[in-house]
Amino acid sequence: MMLSIKRVPTIVSNYQKEEAEEGARQGGGCGRNCLRNCCLPGAKLPLYAFKRLNKNINEKGLLDYEKKEPPVAFLDSLLLGEWEDRVQRGLFRYDVTACETKVIPGEYGFIAQLNEGRHLKKRPTEFQVDKVLQPFDGNKFNFTKVGQEEVLFQFEPSEDDEVQFFPNAPIDTENSPSVVAINVSPIEYGHVLLIPRILKCLPQRIDHDSFLLALHMAAEAGSPYFRLGYNSLGAFATINHLHFQAYYLAVPFPIEKAPTRKFTTLNGRVKISEIQNYPVRGLVFEGGHTLEDLSNAVSDSCICLQNNNIPYNVLISDSGKRIFLFPQCYAEKQALGEVNTELLDTQVNPAVWEISGHMVLKRKEDYHEASEQNAWRLLAEVSLSEEQFQEVKALIFEAILCGADGNGGVKQSLLEEPDVAPQSLEEVDALNKSSHSAVVPGKQECVVLH
Amino acid sequence: MEPQSCLIEQSFNGRYSVWVREALDELSNNFTITDPSISGHPIVFASRGFLKMLGYSKEEVIGKNGRMFQGPSTNRRTVLEIREAIRQERAIQINILNYRKDGTPFWMLFHMCPVFSKEDGRVIHFIGVQVPILRKPRRSGSGYVRNGVNLCEDGSGMRETVFGCCRREVCSDLVVELDRILALESVMDADDKELEVDEACEANDSEKQEAATAINNVLSVLTHYSEPPGRLVYGKRCGLSGRSLLGASSNIYLGRIKQSFVLTDPHLPDMPIVYASDGFLKLTGYARHEVLGHNCRFLNGQNTDSSTQFQIKESIQAEQACTVRILNYRKDKTPFWNFLHISPVRNASGKIAYYVWVQIDESCQNEDRQGLSPEMRHLSAVGAVKVAVRSMSMSASTSQS
Repeated sequence: MMLSIKRVPTIVSNYQKEEAEEGARQGGGCGRNCLRNCCLPGAKLPLYAFKRLNKNINEKGLLDYEKKEPPVAFLDSLLLGEWEDRVQRGLFRYDVTACETKVIPGEYGFIAQLNEGRHLKKRPTEFQVDKVLQPFDGNKFNFTKVGQEEVLFQFEPSEDDEVQFFPNAPIDTENSPSVVAINVSPIEYGHVLLIPRILKCLPQRIDHDSFLLALHMAAEAGSPYFRLGYNSLGAFATINHLHFQAYYLAVPFPIEKAPTRKFTTLNGRVKISEIQNYPVRGLVFEGGHTLEDLSNAVSDSCICLQNNNIPYNVLISDSGKRIFLFPQCYAEKQALGEVNTELLDTQVNPAVWEISGHMVLKRKEDYHEASEQNAWRLLAEVSLSEEQFQEVKALIFEAILCGADGNGGVKQSLLEEPDVAPQSLEEVDALNKSSHSAVVPGKQECVVLH
Repeated sequence: MEPQSCLIEQSFNGRYSVWVREALDELSNNFTITDPSISGHPIVFASRGFLKMLGYSKEEVIGKNGRMFQGPSTNRRTVLEIREAIRQERAIQINILNYRKDGTPFWMLFHMCPVFSKEDGRVIHFIGVQVPILRKPRRSGSGYVRNGVNLCEDGSGMRETVFGCCRREVCSDLVVELDRILALESVMDADDKELEVDEACEANDSEKQEAATAINNVLSVLTHYSEPPGRLVYGKRCGLSGRSLLGASSNIYLGRIKQSFVLTDPHLPDMPIVYASDGFLKLTGYARHEVLGHNCRFLNGQNTDSSTQFQIKESIQAEQACTVRILNYRKDKTPFWNFLHISPVRNASGKIAYYVWVQIDESCQNEDRQGLSPEMRHLSAVGAVKVAVRSMSMSASTSQS
């Protein structure tokens, strides 16, 4: 049996709504100035090249890096400037700054926004919610179909050691650039999508490189109020083309205020804690000798979850220094008819922003009656039970220990043991489409996890 | 833009008499003073005790943000709490793990308190007092010795020795086990030892008292030396801010936007300026009090094109953004071509609260190192202002409730 829910899909691009009517029109310069072969030749976009050697944002000493001013301030000049430009060009479906918003009184300060425009003029669509990994389908809407005017800039590691900015850079189709595009249905100012290696048409699934790219973007923005988020399929992602979301909101999110309890520190000094006194159970990752240590610990966990078919959401907070991971099961409950209708009537889709405490409400009455209690009640439905969560936690922990060895330990030992095949987790899980086991080479103790 | 070192000098000189530094230097407490109105909220004063405790020279910390003392094991939630206290302009007392210059971490009690100007109720400085927390020995096998209370009273020299010891021990334990076969155990083991820095450390009552006393010492020096006498500073906000027409916290939200811009309030008679950025004052040569409360037209002069003025008026009436090139005059009467962009800015209730006017002096357009076009620089200022005003008014509604 396939589990699915019906929901109104969010329109993230102006080219998404036409799709149903027009059908697929292929080849020969489609006239939309899109990002496919028909329109790409000769196209140029600004390019921001970040400094890759910015290995450790936490380590002392390297903080000096911050002193050196980049040619363009990533967040304040480039991103917000390009975004405001698209506002004035009328590319958004509504003015998000005209949407009323408030901090709900209470201990946590949940944030409510009344957004009546976001889901208008669209019929509910069926979404399969019981498969976290699904193959990319070029016939469905994907980001290569957006218009170039919706793309703000390319975001790439710098080839030398410095931040660089090129106002007009050709698009290197061979290397498939990562790009930042607007979300035409923003939930806050500066709402954008980071689409890693856009032309590679990767499905919505975390891999080490893409997650590290997202962390770099958070670090580059350098503001604790510019956060990135990720929704897996089955946890309210609606487009199966790898993307992260991000926006700017200068208030703390409730999840960032929640107390945490540390349960371990990994070899790379990555600290993992459990979130306490919060309606959704989850993990927090922080620290690490390098940005990569932190990134790998989180992506190992995400890969473990998606391979085990567990939907999840990720929040990258505090300029990439704190990462929250939430396994969830709301959509499954919804598909099985286990969510009470009162909550369903609000039509709130508990994706990463809602789970973090930023509630985007569609009905006036919900906005005016918004209370900490209501927010809590909705989010509690999203959470795994304590028992489920502990199981998932154990699963993740094992995966990280293996993953950590896979990245560090195994490499070191290659010289001694040449027959150990270096095989990345991605390669393994590609071989392992069954999605119910995660196998890591060379490490007996974590062969089968499920 | 003025060099930051200038601003740091002014941060003190404009407000206190020349003797204030000496008087502060005589205090034995460990503290820093920071100025939230300067971009990056830098340290503008650091006490001798503080520098000694952290192992830095004065030059290494002045002009830096306090985050330079944080490190990999500093609790990020604590950092968030301090950040929020700064935004809300309130005092906070919290335990935090900081790092000395040589990289050794140590726990301290951080007590921060805003200093308000009596004149306009604005926060002019934050005082941050740091009291190192002495740990009670928790485990018998831990090897380091605590010989009593003497350490507490005896200045930072002795303390340093003690912290140095703990640290060395943690380090050596981490290095010992690198054996791959024992990888798993070593994770656990390291974890256990790291409790030394990872486990939150509670300050005791006498440490809390010490911090509070230090705050009072610094405050009384600042109050005593504040100048002119009318600009007395206080640890508590006195009355509502009269002259700052936006909320007192506007500086924290808007102060970091470096470009020249003003905000005008269309709901007040004659649409006066309610906020002027440092960049604007620098560009036009006026002082802040000379522009707040006035309509933007004082920039116009003899040769300003009236049709351009009319165009501005029309677009504001239509609640639209507009871009014009207009001849404006500085305070010293010198004219300049102002490449001006005006845009409505909404508050958290979605209503137009202000108009932002972003000025670019056409004659020095190319002096900017930025790779962005003047149009894009207009828009990035507008974007930053929109975010700031929206967030500012959201927070305002919280504090009221």
